Amino acid sequence: MNELRQLAKELLGNGTVKVIIGYSEGTTPERAKPFIARTEEDAGKLIFNKYCVNNLAVYLTRKEFKRKGTIGIVAKGCDVKAIVQLIQENQVIKDDVYIIGMNCGGVVSGFGVDDTAVKCNNCKVKTPHLYHTLLGAPVETPAKDDGHLKLIQKLDAMTAEEKWSFWEAEFEKCVKCYACRQACPLCYCEKCIADKSMPRWIESSAHTRGNFAWNIIRAFHLSGRCVGCGECERACPAEIPLSLINRKMGMVAKKEFDYSAGMALDAPTLVGNYDTADREDFIK
Amino acid sequence: MEEKTFEPKITAFVCNWCTYTGADLAGTSRLKYKPNIKMIRVPCTGRIDPVFIIKAFEKGADGVLISGCHPGDCHYNTGNYHARRRWVLFTELLNYIGIDSSRLFFSWVSASEGKKFVDVVTEVTETVRKKGPFIQYHKINKEFVLDE
Repeated sequence: MNELRQLAKELLGNGTVKVIIGYSEGTTPERAKPFIARTEEDAGKLIFNKYCVNNLAVYLTRKEFKRKGTIGIVAKGCDVKAIVQLIQENQVIKDDVYIIGMNCGGVVSGFGVDDTAVKCNNCKVKTPHLYHTLLGAPVETPAKDDGHLKLIQKLDAMTAEEKWSFWEAEFEKCVKCYACRQACPLCYCEKCIADKSMPRWIESSAHTRGNFAWNIIRAFHLSGRCVGCGECERACPAEIPLSLINRKMGMVAKKEFDYSAGMALDAPTLVGNYDTADREDFIK
Repeated sequence: MEEKTFEPKITAFVCNWCTYTGADLAGTSRLKYKPNIKMIRVPCTGRIDPVFIIKAFEKGADGVLISGCHPGDCHYNTGNYHARRRWVLFTELLNYIGIDSSRLFFSWVSASEGKKFVDVVTEVTETVRKKGPFIQYHKINKEFVLDE
């Protein structure tokens, strides 16, 4: 933690970055919160531990940060994936961000709990794949069961009707708070399709029909883009297992197009590009 | 009123340059096809946002047909290539959610393929007729109306 504060102080002091987006202690120690360090003094408040769950890349696309110039960001491996995807999509300029990569041994699944998040079980970016400075020692964690994968396989084996009733029960709970959208670093549209009212594409009331439309479209807009940081699911007050959809779509992108989101800076984005050899056996 | 036979409602999103013109050719050639299809003309298959398909189901469609220019023939050069990639992802997503993607049909029909258009429409209509109404979606649609 000291090396993080030391580095932050240096970076802010010599003007390499204008602000550093990081974490500070919240109301209780297990509630780390996002924190913007503006001065060298602020740097002393930065922390990093397993309670730092938020994906801070969500702030990078905000206008108030963009106009500040170079932004420092404290990022775990999964956050770095989001940053890379944002750079790939030209939403963040590569030279405008200074990544303080953190070696991470997994974070908790939410506030007030102590179990490691499912996304961390088989994490391949415990040491971030892109950074300007890497801090902390690499953490070895025992391999655990991939909880999501089993559930996805179970769902895949169901009939269409069974799947429908499973998701109907889940989507019924949606209250259309759009927390999933707000927490997602890749949902950066200034005007979301859900907010468009002429015509109203996605019904705004929290009714199953509109909930289906919203959740399907949200998942589709993230297919081949979702980096699996799990923020949507953590933010969801209705506890809808959004990771199951996002992960599945990631698997489809991998299987069909051999594409993994947020892994390579210079890789062309999946849906923004095409290949003349793409599959078309389903088209008559 | 009791319905004796089920007449499927099918929404078709067709591209202006190929399939719509192909349908026009079917008309001028006096070819007959099923009237179950409601056509919506869009500039290009690349214009078809998947939200259109969801909206069609919300409005009571039992099947959706999407048709445009053959690969390489796009009026805007690459619209259908981009669309094709999206459909791969979208059909997988629908299958996963439990919306049987066999109610969703894709085809390439060029402006000269009036006959192919007739065949596609006939096949789509018969397939959906066999599958029956899209009960699950109709159910949540009905609930929605009652809530209002």
